[in-house]
Amino acid sequence: MATPARYLTQKIAKVLVWVGALSTIAVMLLILFKVLSEGLPSLGLRFFLASPKEMGREGGILPMIVGTAALTAVALIVATPLGIGTAIFLREYTREGRISRMIRFGTDCLAGVPSIIFGLFGFVFFVIYLKMGWSILSGGLTLAAMILPTIISTSEEAIKAIPEKYREVSYSLGGTKWQTVIHTILPSALPGIFTGIILSVGRSIGETAALVLTAGSSLLMPTSVFSPIRTLSVHFYILATEGISMKMAYETGAALILLVLFVNTIANWLLNRYVRHRS
Amino acid sequence: MRHSFSRILSLLLIVFITGACQRSRAGITVAGSTSVEPFAELLAEEYMSRNPASHIYVQGGGSTAGVEAAMAHAANIGMSSRSLLPKENSLFTLMIAKDAIAIIVNPKNPIHDLSMDQVRSVFSGKVNTWKELGGLPRPIVLVNREEGSGTRESFQKFVMEKEEISLDSLVQNTNGAIRQVVSNDPNAIGYLSLGLVNDQVKALKISGIEPDVANIESGKYALVRPFLFVLDGEPTGEVKVFLEFVLSPTAQKLLAKEGLVPVAKLSGDEPGR
Amino acid sequence: MKEKIIEKILLLVALSSILILALITFFIFEQGLPLISKVGPRAFILGERWVPSQGSYGILPMILSSFWVTFGALALSIPLGLACTIFLKEWSPPSAGLVLRPAIHLLAAIPSVIYGFWGLVVLVPLVRNYLGGPGLSILSGSVILGFMILPTIISISEDSLRALPPTYKEGALALGATHWQTIWRVLIPAARSGIVTSIVLGMGRAVGETMAMIMILGNSVKMPTSFLDSARTLTTNIGLEMAYASGDHRQALFATGIVLFVIIMLLNSLAIFLSRRRID
Repeated sequence: MATPARYLTQKIAKVLVWVGALSTIAVMLLILFKVLSEGLPSLGLRFFLASPKEMGREGGILPMIVGTAALTAVALIVATPLGIGTAIFLREYTREGRISRMIRFGTDCLAGVPSIIFGLFGFVFFVIYLKMGWSILSGGLTLAAMILPTIISTSEEAIKAIPEKYREVSYSLGGTKWQTVIHTILPSALPGIFTGIILSVGRSIGETAALVLTAGSSLLMPTSVFSPIRTLSVHFYILATEGISMKMAYETGAALILLVLFVNTIANWLLNRYVRHRS
Repeated sequence: MRHSFSRILSLLLIVFITGACQRSRAGITVAGSTSVEPFAELLAEEYMSRNPASHIYVQGGGSTAGVEAAMAHAANIGMSSRSLLPKENSLFTLMIAKDAIAIIVNPKNPIHDLSMDQVRSVFSGKVNTWKELGGLPRPIVLVNREEGSGTRESFQKFVMEKEEISLDSLVQNTNGAIRQVVSNDPNAIGYLSLGLVNDQVKALKISGIEPDVANIESGKYALVRPFLFVLDGEPTGEVKVFLEFVLSPTAQKLLAKEGLVPVAKLSGDEPGR
Repeated sequence: MKEKIIEKILLLVALSSILILALITFFIFEQGLPLISKVGPRAFILGERWVPSQGSYGILPMILSSFWVTFGALALSIPLGLACTIFLKEWSPPSAGLVLRPAIHLLAAIPSVIYGFWGLVVLVPLVRNYLGGPGLSILSGSVILGFMILPTIISISEDSLRALPPTYKEGALALGATHWQTIWRVLIPAARSGIVTSIVLGMGRAVGETMAMIMILGNSVKMPTSFLDSARTLTTNIGLEMAYASGDHRQALFATGIVLFVIIMLLNSLAIFLSRRRID
């Protein structure tokens, strides 16, 4: 027979767990709600399409959006081939051994490096040593290093999920390893790889510390990859801390949250639709 | 697959090359003090609206970095919120405005006047409650700029002299952030560029002297520093046009509206030392 | 022949992550080590005064503050994280999971500056008005940081609970244990290494956070004595002063980066070691 004490403990535990979980959700919602409720009402199309005036007191965020997009594009152009190449190498061209362990260790470590360290590195390497100055290029290359581990691991997962049969069929038809990769593996792995790319885009939008030190904080519309820019997150950070305009800060924050939510919802949807149902 | 790869490669090459060319045609770079930066941005915005073909990039980095950038030709114009050191004197200097440093407190704070000695003992940590200054029995919360800031250096030089600012003070890394903290905390005290004081904070009188334009120009309010544009060599070309604009009545009026003390001569002569 | 060339190219590409890591390590150390040797490692790491204008470069206050803030964040996020994990896995209706899991992923993606902003406008005034101090404090930082690392702890812990063989749970229940006893005495201990891994990863994330901390910690350089004190972590020290620093001061910031880098690498190696062990 069950003693009352055990069931009492369970009841208490259940209450605690429910309280803990619900309060977590509540706080998270509060955080989102605060920014969205103050920022959304005044958010309009002109905000996204106009340029800032008077140091950000008025106007919109167009240069920030353009700058963020350009910077993310540079990062993706560099990191995607490197990431996919690494995944292909790990899964198709080696067995588990010293080299692959070393590469994985390097990738895992890189994933753990904090963004301020990337900022220091990007500053001394790209901005100063390679003389690229504060620019979309410096920021984009630094960001590429930051998203590389994500692209490697999602690509690897995508390639891993492809059944052996596909490869066997390709080889039996006389295909070389590389041909197999190009014509069979990659096309099938594309949705998973694409998901990794989208996740990286989400990360890039929110990145701040590393970009302040490498991309600069200019309010102007960029004219080339060597232009300094202020990304959306950096603009929000500056507005929020300097009290230039709380209204603008909330609007920018709302725009930022919406953008990130949008990107991540797409990634999640892709993940569920194409990747999770493979097995 | 191979075709698109080489196409991407050539696209990159083109972007790179046009990027490089762009850089040499880029326009004017103005770099240095973050105290001068917002005003330089305003001037740049106004100038670019009158001359749509021009591009003026303004960035921070601090007075020292700005002077170094001017000397190394990394920037066309360096901004400084402090006067030049002897080793920097070879540069062409233009004072674009005068700026005062105001000691600010929260508007709810009943104190509105302190002597220089009192400010010094507050910031050194010797005095830690408002009661000791005749105010409420509340702790004093110091707000300071970060090391390397030209504003902090000026504050140290003019106010603290030999004494050290208390290590217990809060630190914020922009003028705007200092203003934010002081406006939100009734017990806070900080220092700020006079041009950035708004109705969210209250500027204190120093020994009865109000920090306003009249007192600054007459010299009665002593916490004044020059806002300088520095260059290596005489200004030419577009830089010269921009500098002439900066000293023009329109630009100076713009700066005055923002709380700086204008320096313009109205006879339109050469920018000089 | 072409295959061989492609294989070599792919090998080089695959080594890129190691190359980048090596570059980062090299440059950070190259910039920062000269200062550490100039000042002396003991004086640097154990020094209590950080006053660059006077040439004092001691980072003990920052090391301690990083520790305090992280500890505070873990004190919040471990219980809440376990609660959410248990809730998700065992005690919520299955449909709730469909909504909650993506919600947690979404929350993990919210930029840290948004968390910092919320902390600044909501939490800091609350702390200042009801608990005292300037509000910009270790306490505010810990709370915000705790929420930021929650998704990490929840998702990895949940994965490790899910990886347990169902026999664990079935066996315990068959022996007459209550649901809670099964969870607390059997499942959680069995998933222990995964949960610990998630905590170590959360720690790594906490120690590395910069922007939100600059916004709400107050950034004073004193030695922390209470949770209501303002403080400065290793990361915020760099983020705060990097824009202006030159010469020795800049090198000292890189040196701070070295200490930070070493701490993070140790934490991450620990996490990797723990998670690899789990798979065997």
